Amino acid sequence: MDRYFDQSIKGVSTGTTILAVKFNGGVIIGSDSRASMGGSYVSSKTINKLIQVHDRIFCCIAGSLADAQAVTKMAKFQLSFHSIQMESPPLVKAAASVMKELCYSNKDELQAGFITAGWDRKKGPQVYTVSLGGMLLSQPFTIGGSGSTYIYGYVDSKYKPDMSREECLQFATNAIALAMGRDNVSGGVVHLVVITEDGAEHVVIPGDKLPKFHDE
Amino acid sequence: MALCTGANQTEPLSQHHDLVPDWTAHEVRTGTTIMAVEFDGGVVMGADSRTTTGAYIANRVTDKLTPIHDRIFCCRSGSAADTQAIADVVAYQLDLHSIVMNEPPQVKTAANLFRRFCYRYREELMAGIIVAGWDKRGGGQVFTVPIGGMLVRQPVAVGGSGSSYIYGFVDENFKPGMSKEECIRFTGKALALAMERDGSSGGVARLAAITEAGLERSVILGNQLPTFSSS
Repeated sequence: MDRYFDQSIKGVSTGTTILAVKFNGGVIIGSDSRASMGGSYVSSKTINKLIQVHDRIFCCIAGSLADAQAVTKMAKFQLSFHSIQMESPPLVKAAASVMKELCYSNKDELQAGFITAGWDRKKGPQVYTVSLGGMLLSQPFTIGGSGSTYIYGYVDSKYKPDMSREECLQFATNAIALAMGRDNVSGGVVHLVVITEDGAEHVVIPGDKLPKFHDE
Repeated sequence: MALCTGANQTEPLSQHHDLVPDWTAHEVRTGTTIMAVEFDGGVVMGADSRTTTGAYIANRVTDKLTPIHDRIFCCRSGSAADTQAIADVVAYQLDLHSIVMNEPPQVKTAANLFRRFCYRYREELMAGIIVAGWDKRGGGQVFTVPIGGMLVRQPVAVGGSGSSYIYGFVDENFKPGMSKEECIRFTGKALALAMERDGSSGGVARLAAITEAGLERSVILGNQLPTFSSS
């Protein structure tokens, strides 16, 4: 997953579609699985862009893969150390803050933004975005990557707070499938991780099981 | 550009000078959201109403739905000057053609005239146009002529800078065989979603429904647009 430059979108965004949504009792974090080089060669059809930084905290990346790997590796280490010190699982906000600190302090060198989502005992399910310059924002749901521009209208119209797990799975699958249908650097399968108090469950939806729309 | 007299010489004020506002240096654009949908018996077209020069909104109540003939309209996006000029030329050519043929023109003729012009002058122009209307041979038809001068017929077409944000919504919600009222609701909702996300789209939503019986225009004011729970 290299840099993908798109003139119609300001800045560099990775050829991908990522999202995270809160529902009643948990969060779902999801992405497509395509890695492309220069927008014309698919270097991987089944890459997993959802990175586990702790038992109930996952991250997905928008931006340069190298920067993302460096930051998440550092975050994973810092979080595990922090949770040993505190003798309890880390807060989702702590994970997001670690990312934010790294992104902000190194903002001149880095080209990566993150979506962090997870569950903790204090606040339950949460979704945070850390943007390119290091801004940290908590939202009920968030979308990112080059494919996300095509689904702003869809998610704005379809999202409602306190969905059930099944409704939220359908919402996330539809959103990513719609984005993959229009963005040529998003594709492959849909990876979803459902994070609740009971743990994290990885769901993969292969291409032929994705929802189809009117012109397909 | 304004001139100011310095000691012994006149020099033009450049756009970097504080006395000259930034927007005078920018071309007038209809950065926009436009849309057209076919239904059995006609078409529904819609557009926002914002025209910008840089960050300044030159016209917040623009009408981007331009008549080309009695039952053929076009939605304009891109450079305001280019699209106005093209629409004028095509309206003239179509009028002449329909007098020669002694019958109302077909939508695909109008679309082809647009395409011919936009393709021939594609290096100079910045225009994305959606042509839609009704004729007795083909019923309701929507054609899109994006930048570059391609021509393709589609049951639903979106265009302009705001259209990127509603591809997912349109793909998911369009179904063939909708009624006129359903199409109007669908278009209004799609425009509202795009206007909320795109900085170059906004103002009011203008809608037009074209059928054999004629033309029905309506406006959805800013405070009457549908709102969504995420906002």
